Amino acid sequence: MSNATLKELSAQLAAGACSSVELAQDYINKINKINKSLGCYITVDAQRTLEQAKAADARRAAGDAVPLTGVPLAHKDIFCAEGWLTTCGSKMLSNFVAPYDAHVVERCSAAGMVTLGKTNMDEFAMGSSNETSHFGPVRNPWNTATVPGGSSGGSAAAVAALLAPAATGTDTGGSIRQPASLTGICGLKPTYGLVSRYGMIAFASSLDQAGPMAHTAEDLGLLLNVMAGHDPRDSTSLVRPAEDYNRDLARPVSGLRIGLPREFFAAGLAPEVQRAVDAAVAEYRKLGATVVEIGLPNMQLSVPVYYVLAPAEASSNLSRYDGVRYGHRAAEYADLMDMYKRTRAEGFGAEVRRRILIGTYVLSHGYYDAYYIHAQKLRRLIARDFTEAFKQCDVIMGPTSPTTAFRLGEKSADPVQMYLSDIYTIAVNLAGLPGMSIPCGFDGGGLPVGLQIIGNYFDEARMLNVAHQYQQVTDWHRRAPQGVS
Amino acid sequence: MALKLDDVQRAAHLARIAVDETEAKAVLAQLTRVFELIEQMRAVDVSGIEPMAHAQDLMLRPRPDQVTEQDQHRRFQQVAPEVENGLYLVPRVIE
Repeated sequence: MSNATLKELSAQLAAGACSSVELAQDYINKINKINKSLGCYITVDAQRTLEQAKAADARRAAGDAVPLTGVPLAHKDIFCAEGWLTTCGSKMLSNFVAPYDAHVVERCSAAGMVTLGKTNMDEFAMGSSNETSHFGPVRNPWNTATVPGGSSGGSAAAVAALLAPAATGTDTGGSIRQPASLTGICGLKPTYGLVSRYGMIAFASSLDQAGPMAHTAEDLGLLLNVMAGHDPRDSTSLVRPAEDYNRDLARPVSGLRIGLPREFFAAGLAPEVQRAVDAAVAEYRKLGATVVEIGLPNMQLSVPVYYVLAPAEASSNLSRYDGVRYGHRAAEYADLMDMYKRTRAEGFGAEVRRRILIGTYVLSHGYYDAYYIHAQKLRRLIARDFTEAFKQCDVIMGPTSPTTAFRLGEKSADPVQMYLSDIYTIAVNLAGLPGMSIPCGFDGGGLPVGLQIIGNYFDEARMLNVAHQYQQVTDWHRRAPQGVS
Repeated sequence: MALKLDDVQRAAHLARIAVDETEAKAVLAQLTRVFELIEQMRAVDVSGIEPMAHAQDLMLRPRPDQVTEQDQHRRFQQVAPEVENGLYLVPRVIE
């Protein structure tokens, strides 16, 4: 039962083959058995989970069920969930019980989905390996000596290890797609503005976007149908008619024009990753797609541009953690200034402090134009590259990450090496485009490789169609690591 | 332009983060690497390009000036470190 997809679980519940309480208990048992060795969840609360499951069963008995009623999922610990500890992976919020629900959590609950727990993550979503979490690292279920990626590393590893059938994640520079790639699951970052950021702890507000993580493209669509929608409480939430993101799943992909950016296949790409991505593209050709080489000439600037803009926004967003209204407060201090400084020095980990300092510096007097405005101008050039590219193709494909999962500790000493592991994902956030990762093979060591699919604005239904058609002729998404099923 | 220890200490003060000198030196070494990366973008000519502040060039929606929230201060102050009579307590600022 526990390696099932959302679609299968939904069908089992509808057929009465199992109850939501049985299903939830099954996952809770597995979590109790395996979570300690993997670190996927920061918080589980079996009682709360089973209460939700009981309510879902009652709702079904009353004839009120919608497709995902009673289906369990995990929430990244960046989403406020009323009554749940919501830490964002930080000591700063290690005592924070959210007094309200994020819009995403609200939508999932309204659909009758059952929360299995809150998943581990890089502190304040700043990281690409899940090693910056105050609550310890997450281990990749494919090889526990390696990282699961980040920042949604707990969500990715939980789905890969079958400790949840699906999970929510957030993606500011690749934080859904890169961990999905490294753990062999599917993850989608929607067009900026599709999913409300209300109650999602802010990192870089102009880039942050929530999205689904699951085993199949079809499941991503099912979950996105629940998560997306206008919310007046997020001023950047878009007003758009509701759509069924799975409406085009069955459409053949013959005639699809795939753009392959030459910058994605240049130096720095591991040969085994390239081989798997090439093979996936060959599969699409067999399905009747055509391939065109495209250029994204400003893409190599996306990492430096991101490391100006994201820290700048973060330094402003994280100024709210001052030890006054919520979260950690230093035990000893001389005066108010000292209280702020000690609280923040103690409450934030090294990477978060580093990014706040970068952001503060680039926004400070005399440097604002040279760094921040300059980066914003380059952001426009990077976005324009995509607009030009989409004149020649329907979707863009390439690797999600330059390598497969790296070893714990391998990149933690050098922040720049860590930052470069998001080289293929960051530009998508800067442009505000939708992007996804689906499994497309393994390296020689048995570690998963992810194929990135980038779509034009609001083209999620087409991307899911493209991914789904690939998953009809391949079975990479059906593989599970040893020792978890 | 090389980053100096002074820059780190000034940013740390502006960001209200305590750093002692040993830590400031370690941070300086790491930030120097990051700024080497950032310098790559500064070499590009961007004259005539409009800054892009947001993922989509949309006007933010104004909303009606109406009260939409109820007073829930007791609930929200439950998570505060120190509260008295509905007020957040901080160290004395004015003697």
